[in-house]
Amino acid sequence: MNKKQKRWRNRIILALIIFAVVYAIDELGLLERLFGTPGDVYASFVLFLIPYLIAGYDVLRKAWRNIRHGQAFDESFLMAVATIGAFAMVFFPETEPHMAEGAAVMLFYQVGELFQSYAVGQSRKSISALMDIAPDYANIERDGQLVEVDPDEVQVGDTIVIKPGERVPIDGVVTSGASQLDTAALTGESIPRHVEPGAEIISGCINMTGMLHVRTTKPFGESTVSRILELVENASEKKARTENFITRFARWYTPIVTGAAVLLAVIPPLLGMGSWSDWILRGLTFLVVSCPCALVISVPLSFFGGIGGASKLGILVKGSNYLELLSKVDTVVFDKTGTLTNGTFNVVAIHPETGVDPDYVLSNAAYAEAFSDHPIAVSVRQAYSGEIDQARIRDAHEESGHGVSANVDEHVVLVGNDKLMREHGARWHECDLTGTILHVTVDGEYVGHIVIADVVKDDAAETIRDLHAAGVKKCVMLTGDRRDVAEAVGTKLGLDEVHAQLLPADKVNAVERLLSLEQGDAKLAFVGDGINDAPVLTRADVGIAMGAMGSDAAIEAADVVLMDDKPSKISHAIRISRKTMRIVWQNIVFALAVKIAILVLAALGIANMWLAVFGDVGVAIIAILNAMRAMQVKNL
Amino acid sequence: MRKSFKLDEIDCANCAQKLEDAIANVDGVEKVSVNFMTQKLTLTAADDAFDDVLERVVKLTADLEPDCEILR
Repeated sequence: MNKKQKRWRNRIILALIIFAVVYAIDELGLLERLFGTPGDVYASFVLFLIPYLIAGYDVLRKAWRNIRHGQAFDESFLMAVATIGAFAMVFFPETEPHMAEGAAVMLFYQVGELFQSYAVGQSRKSISALMDIAPDYANIERDGQLVEVDPDEVQVGDTIVIKPGERVPIDGVVTSGASQLDTAALTGESIPRHVEPGAEIISGCINMTGMLHVRTTKPFGESTVSRILELVENASEKKARTENFITRFARWYTPIVTGAAVLLAVIPPLLGMGSWSDWILRGLTFLVVSCPCALVISVPLSFFGGIGGASKLGILVKGSNYLELLSKVDTVVFDKTGTLTNGTFNVVAIHPETGVDPDYVLSNAAYAEAFSDHPIAVSVRQAYSGEIDQARIRDAHEESGHGVSANVDEHVVLVGNDKLMREHGARWHECDLTGTILHVTVDGEYVGHIVIADVVKDDAAETIRDLHAAGVKKCVMLTGDRRDVAEAVGTKLGLDEVHAQLLPADKVNAVERLLSLEQGDAKLAFVGDGINDAPVLTRADVGIAMGAMGSDAAIEAADVVLMDDKPSKISHAIRISRKTMRIVWQNIVFALAVKIAILVLAALGIANMWLAVFGDVGVAIIAILNAMRAMQVKNL
Repeated sequence: MRKSFKLDEIDCANCAQKLEDAIANVDGVEKVSVNFMTQKLTLTAADDAFDDVLERVVKLTADLEPDCEILR
């Protein structure tokens, strides 16, 4: 509790004590003995006024101020009218006095308001704790001494020192030292990342083991951590449709209920259906439930909690509206490379001819490809564990689109596809695996082939299963790859549709076609790795960029940014969004149902002010507590 | 120019919404958002008039929500 809340609390406690004493005096009939009848009623009127004013003077003041500003339909105003009205019932001598009720309603209203303020403060705190990745300082070496400076003061190109246990304040490149980095705060990934000189590191990670010297590559304001914080903080400005609906609803709800209260207080007694005092009391009860606070607070709080919880897992949602859209997604379109697959070529199999050593096939291929910088050549060299002695190679040249030939240790080595084989009249055979097949011949003799493919990510298949389980109807893959490669991946992962051999422009068209197939409220999400797919990211209902750490373009174009490159985060994101929306609707339905029930009961004269005050603050508190659940994203 | 300010003691979401509506009508304000959750006021106005506009916004806020202060 902050200072203001503590003062507020003490004031309420004082008022409660006085109220209890006055209530006891009144009940024991002391006033009747002292002042007689009807003097006792006026005495208790004055006595109950004391706790009432102590508890509620600020509400009355605020109400008065709002009237002067022409803002009548304010919560404080309504509460003031309702309670003053209850006190004023004393002027209807034929009815039971309602002073105790008036004072109590004000007291409970204040208790509720205080609790509400406290709960909101707490949730604000715990949500900001989720995003507590901002570094407080950076260490700079000056005259051989380490000095702590504001990260804002560090220039690009300066060298900063990061001690074990400290947070990386600014993006940069390691110049000396080696360490393990904990990236959990950014990516939700618990396995530490090893860094050594030359490695790029991003701000927000925690240095775990060794001292690092880092040359900064960005100013603090443009570093990853600043960008993430800005993004998440601005997220609640993009309001969801549900939020806007609640705002509009709130604008109408209060005047309508207030109007109804007036009619209820005036019309029935005019028609001679009962006493004035009875109907006025019912009208006053209406006023107590006329504040839409439960909705106005809990709905944005749920979204804020959902966004905060998601960011804890390394899922940045750029607005409440996107969280809402995400919950309606029934089609997820993947751009294959970089999302479902690693986007790098790897040797996945070596098939030597009988009697040939697989290493022999690989080493010959690696030597022949030694001078090529084609991605396939790079992957072959990566798979080869030995050193390449370039002196052993002569006459290496690429045969564009077909492969390479070279003279290795006075043997002619050919490495390439079936066209190359045919051209040289070599004997070769097909492979049953899909991917890029590199046939290898040595002196015209076929020694075997190497299969190279883009490797499917470990959790890709699980992601597709999860998405289907979460209610996503269609998972589609788009790729520029050959059809057979694409279909092999599609079958392996259990995708519903595969569109292969697409040019970048075709991907926009494919997404447009899929968008036109969406029915009703269903939405389409597109997942890309942020490279060259900005147009599609923008075109889709929800654009999701993966592995975006450090990629400005992706963060700019996407609506949801996944900090690491795990596709499983997509199903997490969808589950979080569904949970958030469930909570939002629970709150809306619960709050409205209780309020309407109380309104009906009050109109019938069954509900009293006590119940009404529960309908106001009690419901708000329950809704706030429920909204807090949106933050819990573990085990989803 | 777009600038954010911290809002102290904005207690109720309804009040935040009302404050936002009221500030939106202030002369010179191009765009405003009062964020109850982050307790932030984000104001967009023309560069040369920004200080004047801010002055008016601060005054209006003090009028409507005396408990709430715009920290500059």
